[in-house]
Amino acid sequence: MDQLLQHVVNALVLGGTYALLGIGLTLIFGIMNVVNFTHGALYTFGAYAMYLAAVALGLNFFVALPVALVAGLALGALLEFVLLRPLRRSDIDTTMLVMIGAGIILQSGTLWIFGGVAKAVPTPFPAEPLVIGPVSVSYVRLFVLAAALALIALTYVTINGTKLGRAMRATFQDHDTAALMGVNVSLIYTATFAIGSALASAAGALLGPVYVVFPQMGDLAAVKAFAIVILGGLGSISGATIGGFILAFAEELGAGYISSGYRDAMGFLIIIAVLLVKPTGLFARAERIG
Amino acid sequence: MQLTRRTTLAAMALALMSSTAFAQDTIKIGINQPLTGPFAASGTYVTNGAKIAADEINAKGGVLGKKIELVVEDNKSNPTEAAAVTEKLITSDKVPVLLGAWGSSLTLAAMPKLEEYSVPMLVETSSSGKITKSGNPYVFRISPPSSVEAQAFEPIAKKLGIKKADFLVINNDWGRGAAVEFSKVLKDNGIEVGLVETMDQSSQDMTAQLAKLKASDADTLMITAAVDQLTLLFKQMAALGIKKKVITTGGSQNPDQLVAQAGSTANGTLHLVAFAPWWPEKSPNPEEANAFITEWKKRGYDFAGTTESFRGYDGIRTIAAAIEAGGAADPASIQKGFWKVNIVGLNGPIKFEKEGPAGKESGQSKPEVYLIEIADGKIKPANP
Repeated sequence: MDQLLQHVVNALVLGGTYALLGIGLTLIFGIMNVVNFTHGALYTFGAYAMYLAAVALGLNFFVALPVALVAGLALGALLEFVLLRPLRRSDIDTTMLVMIGAGIILQSGTLWIFGGVAKAVPTPFPAEPLVIGPVSVSYVRLFVLAAALALIALTYVTINGTKLGRAMRATFQDHDTAALMGVNVSLIYTATFAIGSALASAAGALLGPVYVVFPQMGDLAAVKAFAIVILGGLGSISGATIGGFILAFAEELGAGYISSGYRDAMGFLIIIAVLLVKPTGLFARAERIG
Repeated sequence: MQLTRRTTLAAMALALMSSTAFAQDTIKIGINQPLTGPFAASGTYVTNGAKIAADEINAKGGVLGKKIELVVEDNKSNPTEAAAVTEKLITSDKVPVLLGAWGSSLTLAAMPKLEEYSVPMLVETSSSGKITKSGNPYVFRISPPSSVEAQAFEPIAKKLGIKKADFLVINNDWGRGAAVEFSKVLKDNGIEVGLVETMDQSSQDMTAQLAKLKASDADTLMITAAVDQLTLLFKQMAALGIKKKVITTGGSQNPDQLVAQAGSTANGTLHLVAFAPWWPEKSPNPEEANAFITEWKKRGYDFAGTTESFRGYDGIRTIAAAIEAGGAADPASIQKGFWKVNIVGLNGPIKFEKEGPAGKESGQSKPEVYLIEIADGKIKPANP
């Protein structure tokens, strides 16, 4: 029982960051119909931005976090402006290839600048965990969970409660009509990609200090993000949130009670199961954004 | 068109001339190491150690009157790449001998290529027993296999008063091999073996495995992993409030890096290492050990890397000795030369003994193994 409680707490903490990873990806696909293969690279970028801000510039941990988030926002806007805008009318395969190329360039660039050896980002949190009965959890992970949930809530409010969000949803439904109604569709695309990128970057900035920072860290993260998005239904924010937690629980309980060697395979087993039973994802609806 | 063809021909002729010119000047040694991916830190250290040895040898006039030249390739911590890199080094760079490939799974993937092209490789780090027992006569290993480590651990295990041990190992040939060898030694000494949990080499979150291990009644946890994963493990163990005796194996722990990155969570942990750079005077070759450590520091490398980089250093010195003993820089002569090597490495005498099926034996040198402890952020010899 004690072991189960610990697994549940672990899964909840992990699920929050998985959800954050999934949302950025699903948002961009839902609104722009772009499969963002730079998602993993942006996650890595966020972690290195955090490393640069916190270690090289010596900024306070809580100041470095928003710096990394804004850096991700800026890089996302730049990628959209330089790569995706000229390809707006191209088919999905072309954009996909361009994004794969951009992902490789970003990863190799990181490797070139920082080298392959992992970097650690110090946190201001105590090493001693918070212990409640049989369960213990580190303060840094609790903070990461809280920050992830706050960012998810912020994204949800932005999309459902602001003028920008309304324009984004309108663009998703029909971009020609949205354009006729006076929505600046180009700007919406840039904003969407920037927000999605900032979320990936924030996930990297939050998890970099929990784990270690290295150029290939985004590979596994991207695979998990895709698993979550497929699980939750393409374009669904609540789907990605719930999908993130389902994946975390599957991994945690699978490793705890079935076999730890297959921990990272659990996500793929779920994808196969979902694709067989409900190919549109567990939470896909006709109106998918929001 | 005419011009292009002529230019291409000229370029080709030039390329050919320059490559033969190089071949006359130097003896190439292929370095097959993980410079990116989960084992980047270790592979980079080994490569830097190899460079120090090469520079030292070249400063003294080289081998057989020729300078040695290292051709470094990155196997990306990936067995498929390790095999591809081996093939590239042999066929494209024409190296007559290699040093590699750090991890057991990487080395095992490279081995069929050695056999295919009949080129020998010095194995500097890998621990899996399979490497020298599978009948590949092109393999010469200077690192301790898990069985040697486990035997060295036997007297210590008794003194530590271990009653029951669980294992957490990296899910590859190295980790699984270590779990088997150490389990055997523990059981032979009446120590109970509990759970054997595994983790993927690229996993960053091991909390699920640790939660399971936390609930176990074992007093000791044996871990086999490289430094980056160990750092994460110690932090995550502290977060889960796990207070068991921890012993790590494999010699890729870089204890100073653990102290620097895992901080207080590394206190009280025990580590089996293959070189003790903190006490060079106690090395079987104190003079060389001191010289190596001094040069390593002079180049501005992290001191933490020396427990790994000595492998590259000893490896290149062994290869140079094999070339010298073989009398020529071709693969067959070097392979014969390896059997005649008799030098004192930083970690004991290097001399190959036959292992594996008769007629196709691999070479295995038997080095020292040390147990060290991290206490209050300091590294000291463990005296149970």
